[in-house]
Amino acid sequence: MSAATSSATGMGRWTRLLARWETLLFVALLGLIVLGNALSPFFLTPGNFSNLIAALMEVAIMALPMTLIIIIGEIDLSVESMAGLASAVLGFLWAAGVPMEVGIPAVLVLGAMGGLLNGVLIGRGGLPSLVVTLGTLALFRGFALIVLGPRGISDFPPGFTEIGFGTVPGTLIPWPFVIFAVLAVILGIVLHRTWVGRQIYAIGKNTGAARFSGVRVTRIRVSLFVLSGLIAALAGIILTSRLSSARADAGEGMTLTVVTVVLLGGVNIFGGSGTIPGVVLAVLVVAVMQNALRLASVSVEVQSIALGLLLILSVVTPTFAHQAKSAVDRVRGGRPPPGDSVLQGEASIT
Amino acid sequence: MAEAGLAVGTPRSRRNWLSTIARQRELSLLGIMFVLGGLVSLAAPQFLTVANLTNVAIPASIIAVAAVGQAVVIITRNVDLSVEAIIGLVAYAVARSLELHALDATGAIVFGILLGLVLGMVNGTIVTVFKVPAIVATLGTLSIFRGIDYLVAGPHQVPVAALPPGFVEASVSTVAGIPLFVLIAVVIVAIGTVLLRWTRFGRQIYAVGSNPEAAAILGIPSRLVVFVAFSVCGLLAGVAGVMWVSEYGTINGTTATGAVLAIVAAVVVGGVAIFGGSGTLAGAALGALFLGFIANALILVGLSQFWLQAIYGAVILLAVSADAVLSRRLLRATAEQRTR
Repeated sequence: MSAATSSATGMGRWTRLLARWETLLFVALLGLIVLGNALSPFFLTPGNFSNLIAALMEVAIMALPMTLIIIIGEIDLSVESMAGLASAVLGFLWAAGVPMEVGIPAVLVLGAMGGLLNGVLIGRGGLPSLVVTLGTLALFRGFALIVLGPRGISDFPPGFTEIGFGTVPGTLIPWPFVIFAVLAVILGIVLHRTWVGRQIYAIGKNTGAARFSGVRVTRIRVSLFVLSGLIAALAGIILTSRLSSARADAGEGMTLTVVTVVLLGGVNIFGGSGTIPGVVLAVLVVAVMQNALRLASVSVEVQSIALGLLLILSVVTPTFAHQAKSAVDRVRGGRPPPGDSVLQGEASIT
Repeated sequence: MAEAGLAVGTPRSRRNWLSTIARQRELSLLGIMFVLGGLVSLAAPQFLTVANLTNVAIPASIIAVAAVGQAVVIITRNVDLSVEAIIGLVAYAVARSLELHALDATGAIVFGILLGLVLGMVNGTIVTVFKVPAIVATLGTLSIFRGIDYLVAGPHQVPVAALPPGFVEASVSTVAGIPLFVLIAVVIVAIGTVLLRWTRFGRQIYAVGSNPEAAAILGIPSRLVVFVAFSVCGLLAGVAGVMWVSEYGTINGTTATGAVLAIVAAVVVGGVAIFGGSGTLAGAALGALFLGFIANALILVGLSQFWLQAIYGAVILLAVSADAVLSRRLLRATAEQRTR
């Protein structure tokens, strides 16, 4: 039906490309860069770009598995606490004399296990991801507090702080960005070019139908939560390295930014659609926006308000754009409104 | 049907036993609290004294009031993650207006509750008019309300000394031997329960949560119902915010940060199904008391406060798992009985 209406209004290939969410994001990104440049002469310097990217990389890295999780129609609120737990345990192990070569893999395994706990309760137990991950949001943060208490560990070796703070030799590209780029390419290929990706979309569109078509729904659900936990732990390690300090409250409040980035990237909160390139663009938009706000000396408080508004707007805008489009189609084609309202359903039943 | 049940016997009695536990969450919670109380008082005899129980009940009744509002929202199959920011913003607004002598105590209380109501209506509007899923909408307003709180408060902190003396004493005052705050919570639960159980609108709240499509087909104004639920949640968060000022006195921009976990934990432990459509307000309030009980026992047994967060998390996970297991068994038992 939607195909028929769009051809009736004569939407060409170019209009369709223009109407794509990713195109809008790209335009927004260019606009923000122009704005930032007007605000400060330092905005377009490579040094500033390197900083603005580095500051958002933990969030960006966690946004990648979150994209897949939201596409299958679930959510993982516990990522910020897993990052905090990873930071706390890494600091604890280092302070106890465990070398980094052992500490880092141990923390990654811990992340995967935390993800497995989420995955098993949600995938096998059939519990709603919202409550389970709200529970582990508290649980993982609580473990972090138990492990480290109120103290901070900061005497890390120079080689370790290089991970979060250093750049690729000869360039200004921060190492965390390289990690993000590699993960984005791998997950992008998996999601958009493999059968696993097709199955992920299938689960998000219609779980029951996917199961009857032989998709191993439980296995994919559990695996994605394990991946999310693992990558959240990785983000916690990068955060610890970048701040060269391990604290139990590391990463607090990050889940909001992660979810904002994913939804701004055009991923449908109800599952079934969204792309990795969209989320990568959204990461850049948020990074540039935060940097422009900072250069305009807008306070952190206002930035938090802006982020909340952005989250809500990124869900409201597509809905309203869709409604506006169908209203325009209706006027042009003189067709009855599409049967998406409940009243329509009622009429067909009675 | 009754004859068939009598003839089978065993599955029926098993079903009854299970359904008693599943349906009487309030009773089983009370039971657990009694056992726990007994065990803790063996280790720390001061646990079961009137003074200590009052210490538990007063802060728990603040969480209980907020949990009742959250329960109404969860019954409609939504969630409000922004309650802690509403409590925080209301608490600061009330404390600050008292400090500046802009309002007298009554005026500040009314102002705080109305502010909570307005913030709840903002949530309700975003969810029902703009059709943003509750989780996203309230995650966004959590950030927005807290941002406004930080912005208004800045680094300022309202000290206890700046509040009128009667206001602070309200939290420790008693009516006929019962702490005022406990009484407030009990009255709110009682009024809420009557409204939910015996009014048309109350039944509609359950109907929307238990089956939104069916509710819409029956002509129930689902969007209005959800809007009212969020407004009630905001209103009660406002009441909790006013109580917070009276109980804790010192208020700044970070007041009540993280309280949402305790509030949702209380609701879930209290047996309100997260899928919506079932649960009682008394259960949610008892859940809050239960968590307060645990927090207090923790201190008396000598464990650090750092355990609290982990225990809240574990309690949420245990409660939802127990719910799922019980309701699944119940379904199976019912199905078995039907097939025989």
